[in-house]
Parts: sequence; C-alpha cells; structure tokens
Amino acid sequence: MRILTAADFTGTRRLTRLAARRDRYTLPAWWAGLGLFVAGTTALFVRDLARYEDLVQETSLVATNAGMRLIGLTSGASVGGYMLHREYVTLAALAALMSTFAVIRHTRQNEELGRAEMLGSTVVGRYAGLAAGVLIAVAADVVLTVVLAGAIAVNGQPAEEALLAGASVGAVGLVWVGVAAVTCQLSSTTRGATGIAAGALGFAFALSGIGNMIGSVDRAGLTVTSAWPAWLSPIGWGQQTRPFDEAHWWPLLFAVAALGILLAIAVALAARRDVGRGLWPERRGRARASRALLSPAGLFWRLQRSAFIGWAVALTMFGLIFGSLTEQIQGLEGNAKDWWTQTGGTDQVVDAYQVSIIQMAGMFVAIYLVQILLRMRVDETGGTLESVLASGVTRTRWLWGHLVNAIAGCVVLMVLFAVSMGLTAGQVLGNPATQVRELVWAGAVQVPGILVVGAAVVAAICLVPRWSVPASWGVLLTTLVVGPMFGPGLNLPSWVQDLSPFTHSPKAPAVDVTATPVLALTAVCLGLAASALVALRRRNLALPA
Amino acid sequence: MARDTALRIDAVVASGLVKDFGTTRALDHLDLVVHTGEVHGFLGPNGAGKTTTIRILLGLLRASGGRVALLGGDPWRETAALHRRLAYVPGEVNLWPNLTGGEVIDLLAALRGGLVQSRRAELLDRFELDPTKQIRAYSKGNRQKVALVAAFASDVELYLLDEPTSGLDPLMETVFQDVVHAVRDRGRTVLLSSHILSEVEALCDRVTIIRNGRAAESGTFAELRHLTRTTVVVETARPPTGLASMTEVHDPSIDGHRAEFSVDTDDLNTVLERLVQYDVRSLTSTPPTLEELFLRHYGDQLERDTVLEAV
Repeated sequence: MRILTAADFTGTRRLTRLAARRDRYTLPAWWAGLGLFVAGTTALFVRDLARYEDLVQETSLVATNAGMRLIGLTSGASVGGYMLHREYVTLAALAALMSTFAVIRHTRQNEELGRAEMLGSTVVGRYAGLAAGVLIAVAADVVLTVVLAGAIAVNGQPAEEALLAGASVGAVGLVWVGVAAVTCQLSSTTRGATGIAAGALGFAFALSGIGNMIGSVDRAGLTVTSAWPAWLSPIGWGQQTRPFDEAHWWPLLFAVAALGILLAIAVALAARRDVGRGLWPERRGRARASRALLSPAGLFWRLQRSAFIGWAVALTMFGLIFGSLTEQIQGLEGNAKDWWTQTGGTDQVVDAYQVSIIQMAGMFVAIYLVQILLRMRVDETGGTLESVLASGVTRTRWLWGHLVNAIAGCVVLMVLFAVSMGLTAGQVLGNPATQVRELVWAGAVQVPGILVVGAAVVAAICLVPRWSVPASWGVLLTTLVVGPMFGPGLNLPSWVQDLSPFTHSPKAPAVDVTATPVLALTAVCLGLAASALVALRRRNLALPA
Repeated sequence: MARDTALRIDAVVASGLVKDFGTTRALDHLDLVVHTGEVHGFLGPNGAGKTTTIRILLGLLRASGGRVALLGGDPWRETAALHRRLAYVPGEVNLWPNLTGGEVIDLLAALRGGLVQSRRAELLDRFELDPTKQIRAYSKGNRQKVALVAAFASDVELYLLDEPTSGLDPLMETVFQDVVHAVRDRGRTVLLSSHILSEVEALCDRVTIIRNGRAAESGTFAELRHLTRTTVVVETARPPTGLASMTEVHDPSIDGHRAEFSVDTDDLNTVLERLVQYDVRSLTSTPPTLEELFLRHYGDQLERDTVLEAV
C-alpha cells in the first residue's frame, strides 16, 4: 500500500462543511429523537421502579429469563442499569444506523448519483469524500454521546455513569462508521452498502445476545456474566462497560481500535477500485419476468418482499421470546404484577400479559404498515408511478395493489407473532394448541385497529401529499403515545386515550371480543380509504420534473 | 360537424389547452393536432411545456382549461382504456433499481396489455441491451433503451416519446430512427418531443414548435419553410447598387460584385427580376434549415437573455 499524503485529503474541509450543511436537519433529528426516547423511558422507569423491591424483582426477572438475556445485559439492580437492559440494544442499533446512513450518504450515494464524479473533477483528494463522510459521522456519534448522557442525567442519575452510558452507545456508532466506510467500497449501490452494514449489525446483535443468553447469573440473580461470544461483538463491548454497576471505560478501547482498523481497510480497498464501482461484481438477474411480477400487486410485493421477510423473522423471534416469558410472569407479585394488570384490563396476570404483548405486537406491525405504505409517496415523487400509470393501470388499481400487500402483510405478521408466542407460552402452560388458537384470534382482532393507522397514511398521501411523510409518522407516534401502552401511565384524560385506535382494539384473549369496536374501527378504515380514493382520482400527481 | 370528424381521425387534438401550477402558467392556450399515421415532431426549449402537454395527454395531469382528445377519447376520464392503445417513453426514465431490464420490459408491456415476443427479442438485439442487468447498473442511455424496448415491443396505435434519445449514442440514434420508420410504415402514429433537430428533420412529417406554453408554429417542413426566408448569395457582372434599398431584401451585405441577403419565399420572383438587371454570374440559394426556423422563433428570447446577462 502506498503511503497516504496530505494531497490525498485536499478539500476534506470543504466537503465536510458541505456534508454538515446537507445534514443540518437530519442529524439533529436523530439526536433529538434518541435523546427524547432515552429521557422518556428513563423517567418512566424512575417512577415505576421507585421502590427498591420492585426494582430487584424486575431485574431478577430479566436476568433469569434466557429470552430477556438475549435482548440485554443485566448488571445489578439500578434504574439506569434496568433502562440500559431494556433499551441498550435498540439505542446501539439506532446509533449504528445513524452512522451507517451518514457515511454512505456522503460517499457511496454521492457516487451512485454521479455527484462524486463532479466533485472528483474539482480540486479534491482521492480520499477527501470518504474522510468527510467519516468525520461528519464521528462528530454525530460524539454529539449523540453527550445528548444521551444529558438525557439520563436530567432524570437524577449520576453524571459520570450517565456519560459512560452515552459513550457505550456512541462507541457502537463509531464502529459502524468504520463498517460503513468498508461496505461502501464493497458494493456499488447505496442499498447494497447499507444492507451489508445492517447485516453486520444483525450478526453483532446475535453474538452479544447469544453470549449473554448462555452466560451465567450470580447467586442474587441480578448480574449476568456473559459468555465469550459477547466479547466478539461491538454491542457486547458497549454492554460490558456496565455503566451503573462497575463502570468500566476500557471496553470502549476495543471500539476505537476497531474503527481505526476498519478505516485502514476502507482506505486500502478504495485504492483498488474505480470511482462509481464496487469491489464486488454486480449481480445478474432474470432476463424474463415471472408471471407473479406482472401486476401492480405482484410488483409491489416483489419490491417490499425483503423488508417483509426481515419483519417476519423479527416478529417470530420476539413471539417465541415473549411466549417463553410466561413462566416468569406467572410468579410476579406486587408492583410489577400491577403494571401488567393495569394495562391488560384483567387481574389474571398471564392473561393481562398476553393482552399487552399482543397489543404491543400490533403497534410494531403498525410501524411496518406506515413504512410500507409511504412507499406510495416514493413511487409518486421518484417517478416510477409515471411509468405504471402510463401503461393501462388506473389510479385505483395502483392504490389497491399497495393496499392488498399492506393488509395481507399485517395479517400474516400478526399471525406469525401469535403462533410463535402461542407455541412457547403453550409449552410453559401445557396447552400449546389452545394457546395458539386463542392468540391467533387475539392477534387477528387487532388488525382493524392497526389498519386505521394505515388508512390515515393513505388518506394523507392522497389528500395532503406534500405533508404525507411527517403527517404519517406524526399520526403513528400520537396513536402510540396516547394509546394503551403509554396513555394510562402518562395519566392522560380518557378522551385523549380514546383518540388512539389501539385503545379500542379488543383486549383478547383476556376479555371476550365484542363486535362493536371491531366494526367501528373497520368503518373508520373504510371511510378514510374512500376519501383517499376520491381525492386521488381528482388530484394532480407530483411527478419529478 | 367538421370538428367531430377531426376528433375521430386525428390521434391527438388539443385546442386552447391551459395548465396552471399555482400562479405559474405552464400551458397558455396550446393548440396541437397530430394526424393518425404521422410522425409528429414536438419542438421547444426547456421549460416550454412539452412534458406538461404529454402528461396531460396521458391523464397524469388535469388540464386547467381547453379541450383535449386522445385517440378520440378523454385522457382524464378514460385514462386506462386509452393507455392500452398507446406506449410512452418518459424523458427521465425512473425505474425500479432492483429489477432487471428484462423484467421491467415484460412488466410494463404486461400492464399495457402485452407485447410481441419476436419484436422484443429483435429490439433487444438491435439496441444491444443486456436484459439480465439490474436497472441500477445501467447507464442513462441503457435505461432509456429499456423504456424504448418496452414501448416498441408493444403493437399499439400511438407512441408518445418524450425526448427519447437524449442519452443514446449516434449508432443507437440510427437504430431508433429505423424503428420509428418501421412503426410509421405499419400506419402507427408517433408524437416525438425532441431537442435534436436533425432527428426531427429525418423522422417527422409535421412539426409543432412550442414556446412559453403556446404553439408558435405548426405544419410540414415545406409549410414552415414557406413562412421563412431563403438565403441568397449572388455574384453579378455589375455592382448590385440599389439592391439594399429594396423592401423585399433583408439583412443585405454587399461587397463589390458579391451580395448576400435573405428574402421571403413569396418575394423571390420580384428580387430575381431585379437581379437579372445586374447580369448574374452565379447564384446559390439556401432554404432555411430547421435550426434557422427554430432560432427565428427563439431568437428574440436569446437576445433578451443576452441583455439580462449583460445587466
């Protein structure tokens, strides 16, 4: 390898400023979102686990259950520690995605869209683009660290531990700065580069999760010692800092070292490829379309297939874990039991637990639904809609093609979750067939409530297309916050809670399903969808210039 | 009654077409008639309203005013039924990056109502397009070829082509022209919006020149040429004094025995009679090229832009 010179980085400053300018809304949105999320959940746990006995009971519950160990590492009984057990993997994954998107946005995406070519013809060094992407992403992770530390500290947690907790998340972000710098040399497309980085993230999660799962629990049942696979994962390194317990900084050195090594690899790879190309050959595909592709519905299924499969795998896995947790739930006492029975609407804790979990799954599926339906907007502004509508497809058929996929996807995801939860819950309770049957029914009756959110998204796309993206996520967030998961905890007045369709979804399997709410929710869906259809047939399309 | 007959015969009839985007007027009483069986050139600078017109013809945009008929139907109300009888190549080809070219060709043709298999194979071969590559791996020109193959593989009555060759190399441009000729020989209609004047000249029976949302000129080349001036270069035995003062003679430049000027086609006879008095030794007359036609319509716009730049 040739020695790098300063000339290779000429123009880095300018490109970094350009990158900062382009990201002036995106990155602050990430910081604010993650900061508010951490501040909110920490506040929730500070309040709910104010009694030490409750804290100990909850902590030992998640430490002793193998499924819960998969999603987090327990390290003694503390509110901060409990929050990290519940949220650390999510935060680490989001930080990794923030870094990945940032690096790829300023490197591979620039190349794919031809911007890099134009920039490359000006006075910039060979590695200036890469350096700018890396710098902006590293800065984003540093800011994120501070924001998260602040979000934890404002909830009365010790400042130094809070900073370590923030850094343990930021460190995972740093590693993925390096990962993305490498993957954008490998693949010639933005999607490919993001996909490989996301795959690496899944692998890292699996390593740390399995390491924690097969690890050992101390005699008090409060601290888990991870097995060796956890030490191979950047997520594992972050967890091993155990901020609110022993508070080690040294595992973060692994992350910094990994970043350095990955960047060296990225530079070495970049020197071996042409601008616009990847190191991996482009894939060839079919010369003819299969019959299944030849309709709008078939086309949209093909386009969202991989996203659906990802969701299906995740929901099946979570179903199995939450079903197996039934064992620990049966033994709950005190506040922890009250929490479930309050949200579940019954004093039978297992029933109440199943109600809550099924409703929670419904809310996750609603996220999928919003994400999938917003592709209609991308279809329109990205120009692919023009080709479809210019070839004999009516607007109604286009809309229907999207709806069929979205509705079928929701139903299948709910059923997958219910079946997998029923299987493991049935194993604990000794009646798998009954559990599966009851939970599938419970899952199915959630669908109208979920679809109300979907219908609102479709209405936004058709009625207020320009605002559809923020409006859709806004509707989703509102329905979640005022709904049964958080509404009662936030002491919202009942009329506000009633605004969320999830408040009206049947509390099955604990309570018998009545027809009225299901029909009412379905009617709301149909009303929104009909208004959307009328608007869509009348309005101009926002096609690219 | 006459209008009804015209609606049935002509592939496209737009009259007084208006389209407003908010306060911006994109089309300002545009008239456009495309006869069935002709290749019609649709010329105009960027932003003149070509794409907007085509999108109204496709029912993707709704006209703010005026009348428009496509294949005898209303493009806004009978959109899908009409689309089965036409094929469209957009100016900016946006396709699904993770499908292959072959899949996209089959998909678009199937949505339209099918394609002719032998023609699909022939077109892939002639355009030298590899159908197994993913769309994201194609260059701009190759994406355009995908759209062209998808359109021409279907046997439809009308082809709407919006600057279809802007990314093609000269070799592929020739293939494109052959394909359009073949389509016309089968009696199909083509509306070709284009920047490339030589292409329009080689392919089109009639042209409409659009400017600021209005049709500035429409007709066959012969008709358009008739409207404009012929350039004459003449050498005479006696100096052509007094020629410059003739009202029929425009932009004269006289240098001893040699004169160069332009003249309206209708005035050619008058001017020639006078020239004979000077004893003509040689004479060349050049009919206006499409470039000159084009520049004549946009010339004042160019001058205005120049003035603006100077300010």
